[in-house]
Amino acid sequence: MAERPEDLNLPNAVITRIIKEALPDGVNVSKEARRAISQAASVFVLYATSCANNFAMKAKRKTLNAGDVLAAMEEMEFERFLEPLKEALEVYKKGQKGKKEVSEQKRKDKEKKSDLESDKTREEEEEEEERMEEEPDAENEVEEEEVEN
Amino acid sequence: MKMSQNTSDKDDQSPSNKKNISLPISRVRLIMKSSPDVSSINQDALFLTTKATELFVQHLAVSSFNNGSGKETNSLSYSDLANTAEETETFHFLTDILPKKILARDYLKSLEQMQEEEADY
Repeated sequence: MAERPEDLNLPNAVITRIIKEALPDGVNVSKEARRAISQAASVFVLYATSCANNFAMKAKRKTLNAGDVLAAMEEMEFERFLEPLKEALEVYKKGQKGKKEVSEQKRKDKEKKSDLESDKTREEEEEEEERMEEEPDAENEVEEEEVEN
Repeated sequence: MKMSQNTSDKDDQSPSNKKNISLPISRVRLIMKSSPDVSSINQDALFLTTKATELFVQHLAVSSFNNGSGKETNSLSYSDLANTAEETETFHFLTDILPKKILARDYLKSLEQMQEEEADY
């Protein structure tokens, strides 16, 4: 859970970089405008989540999936995002698969060596994983999570 | 506010390129989870929402710049964003957090007018 209100902000440096990359070179974006876009992005996440959650609830599912998010984009009239999103998801899935095969072996070796160590890092990775456990394929995701970080 | 910026800036830089997203997935998940009805989110949905948020930021910035007054001066200002929120259908949901700015002088004037109209009755 978010404990401080600023936990619901997205990192300004990253937002600024995305804006800069989208606009022609040399455009000056005022500080106020950057902050407004960042807040808009947070609201966008909440709005998209709520739409996607409606689709999941209609289907009597507890877990939001990719289809729900794509359906939400359509409902929000951001159809223009659908194609790039699908493409990005493909690339992402391929990447995950590749990583998984490599890391599978590494992980097995590691597990033998350092049960203690991995326990420590796992604690640091917060309760995020705990929440994941509610999902049917939680085990896979926990793995992926570790690979990413 | 400042502290959270500093800490999150650091760990966002490196993993971004590999995954072809720049925003931190963990932060996006936190925002999604702050919605009370949401119980769990699978990894793909999380990835898509993060990616969609990036597309949204680009889209909002570009639309506002193109519709805005800053094309000659090469700048993007708050009022460009507020105008876009008001004028563009898909950005309507932003009007609450991107209110149009109005000068106190003008506000007082319109308040006076309203009172006069009431007095006329």
